[in-house]
Amino acid sequence: MADFETPEFREYPTIPLIKQDVMAGKGPFVSRAEFDTDLGYPGELPEDWKEKTLEKMGDLLGRYRSLQVFMDSCIKCGACTDKCHYFIGTNDPKNMPVARQDLMRKVYRRYFTFAGKFFPKLVGAVDLTEDVLDEWYNYYHQCSECRRCSVFCPMGIDTAEVTMAAREILAHVGKAQKYSNQIIQKVYKIGNNLGLPGKALKGILEDLEEEMEDECGVPVKFNMDEVGCEALLMTPSADFFAEPHIDGLIGYGKVLHELGITWTVSSKASEAANFGLFIGSYDNIQKISMRIREAAIELKVKRIIFGECGHAWRVAYSFLNTLAGPFDFLDQSYPIPQHILEVTYGALQEGKLRMNKAENDHLTMTFHDSCNVARASRMGDRPGGQFDIPRAVIEASCNNYVDMDADTIKDATFCCGGGGGLLTDDLMELRIKGALPRMEALKQVTEESGVTNIAAICAICKSQFTKTLPYYGFEMDAIMSVHQLVSEAIVMTGSMQEKELDGVDEEEAESESED
Amino acid sequence: MSAFYALLLTVAFLVLIIGLSKKIIQYSRVPAPLKIPVTPAPLTKGGVAVRLAKEAILFAALFRSNKWTWLFGWMFHMSLFIVLLNHLRFFITDVPVLLVLLQNVGEYAAFTMFIGLTGLLVRRIFVARVKYISAPSDYLWLILLMVITLTGIVMRFISHTDIIAIKEFSLGLMSFNWQDLPTDFPLMVHLFLVAILMILLPFSKLLHIPGLFFAPTRNQVDNPREARHISSWAAELDAEKNKVQPK
Ligand code: SF4
Ligand code: SF4
Repeated sequence: MADFETPEFREYPTIPLIKQDVMAGKGPFVSRAEFDTDLGYPGELPEDWKEKTLEKMGDLLGRYRSLQVFMDSCIKCGACTDKCHYFIGTNDPKNMPVARQDLMRKVYRRYFTFAGKFFPKLVGAVDLTEDVLDEWYNYYHQCSECRRCSVFCPMGIDTAEVTMAAREILAHVGKAQKYSNQIIQKVYKIGNNLGLPGKALKGILEDLEEEMEDECGVPVKFNMDEVGCEALLMTPSADFFAEPHIDGLIGYGKVLHELGITWTVSSKASEAANFGLFIGSYDNIQKISMRIREAAIELKVKRIIFGECGHAWRVAYSFLNTLAGPFDFLDQSYPIPQHILEVTYGALQEGKLRMNKAENDHLTMTFHDSCNVARASRMGDRPGGQFDIPRAVIEASCNNYVDMDADTIKDATFCCGGGGGLLTDDLMELRIKGALPRMEALKQVTEESGVTNIAAICAICKSQFTKTLPYYGFEMDAIMSVHQLVSEAIVMTGSMQEKELDGVDEEEAESESED
Repeated sequence: MSAFYALLLTVAFLVLIIGLSKKIIQYSRVPAPLKIPVTPAPLTKGGVAVRLAKEAILFAALFRSNKWTWLFGWMFHMSLFIVLLNHLRFFITDVPVLLVLLQNVGEYAAFTMFIGLTGLLVRRIFVARVKYISAPSDYLWLILLMVITLTGIVMRFISHTDIIAIKEFSLGLMSFNWQDLPTDFPLMVHLFLVAILMILLPFSKLLHIPGLFFAPTRNQVDNPREARHISSWAAELDAEKNKVQPK
């Protein structure tokens, strides 16, 4: 495998002791100039990097109240110090949220506050050097921007905001991360994170249609660039071919078919994910979001529905209206945008979907709340709908469901370990170690309640779990999409499953129709 | 000596008020371009007020994260609040009945305040994680507050000061009619450190007091789909981009 050790499960999860500099190093691969310049960054360290860094920092302090307030208001109470999965998994004290913020706060104090200018030692302020920048690069790429720390901070300090600002500053002095920038460039050039061209996508969708026809005997459509459908489906591109993502896509297709909602994906905007968020760039988040507006207009849809993706839903739910709105040309009787789970849940409430839960009887499920859905968005019309709706849909699709430990779910959920632009092979050690708390909670329910599988509603979580599960002794395919469960259980009108269930075999059905 | 103290305290008070106002103005001027409440978040302004009140009065998030820190921190802050209320009588000629009543229990708040501060200091020294993130100033704040509390306790319970004279002095401060101050050693230390505290507050982490209310993670309403949120510089960007419109 790799040159690091998978952390051992701890008998009683305790607060780890600190081990200085375990994760010191160079961080993920630095971006190549070619990716940066397309995104509006210099691509190399300029000579006046120091001035540029401070200038950008001042600029962001003046643009983001969050950053300005958070730089001042930390009281060093330590409440957040044991809340980050990366600290729990690595023991490196600089992965404690407050210590991560302090990397920037020390520089802030030195150059932007009275106390730090005149008494740097007293308040722990430091000079900005290239080593400091490298340390930023390393540790601000060990934060998945999951916001778990902010839930527990008495001041509401969200380290993710600091991380995003730090990455934006770093990018302005030629220290951007390769993985995220390369992906954003692909979105601009090809339309999605994976660089899947329209033609290939069309081929995949056509195959899916055929497969559905064979399996269910119902013409479930998977349209692309079809003008005049009711809904535009925005879904992470991993849904088009990765496992278990694609099984989720099939689930959306079946639900929408059954409800008679015509839908299409757009080849130009064939990606719900928005890595602009991860690199903290307002410009890029907006530019990526604008594709959605353009696609919706071009395809003349009435509503926009989002597939299962965590940070994409954060950007869609919380920012889309701000960044690419107002959406006055869409049908106002639906939430704009809407989550596929809201669609499915609503239909289940109204009794519009027939579910055969027994199809999933071989499974005992648990659910992993994805951080961006749990702590940065909502579903439905009540606070906390983002927790109840996915659970309700799972429970409508299977008979056996168990929650993991209360300290590891809902708004206290642990990140999968791969969010925030860290889902790259050059960070594998961090990803595996950061997965520890989630894996421990999963282990507990497998042992105590016989849980066999874990469902998620985020493309990153699903990919990350596929990688990490085997390191911790689970089966790789224990991770499932929520709509994969729906897909297994749903009984579409006129489908083979319906006939089978109602005891009419095919020949009879045919002879009946001949009558 | 009295004049020195009168001047020091007046200056300290002004620095505190001006410094704090400047910070509050700065915080309210910097825009919050995106909706970033930590969810589940309230859907109404009233709900946000409740959320903030729970944080400010009960330290709800801290309670969830660490019971010991909560216990000592909450004990200290609530005691400090009562102690401050008790000090009001130095600035009011006719003390209202309520304050007089409070005083009977209130004077013991100094002890709980001291215990709270001690707990926080012990934690800072002995919990490795907290020690790691502490700068010298973090210890100094606690020690400063402890000395202020101790001198207060000494004056109240051990070597009594001339309360009447102090009241005359403090009332005089407000009308710039400087009076003589008793020259007890504990009082000198007490007032000097209080002045220092007031002067440093706007330049220190004690800014957490206004900061709490300005954190967008806690003070925003969760309604991005219903109401379009747009800040000043984002609005400019918005106009510039000249969005595509349906034909
Ligand atoms: S919990 Fe908040 S205030 Fe306390 S140390 Fe962490 S970031 Fe600072
Ligand atoms: S946002 Fe998440 S990953 Fe980042 S410091 Fe906080 S808990 Fe850790």
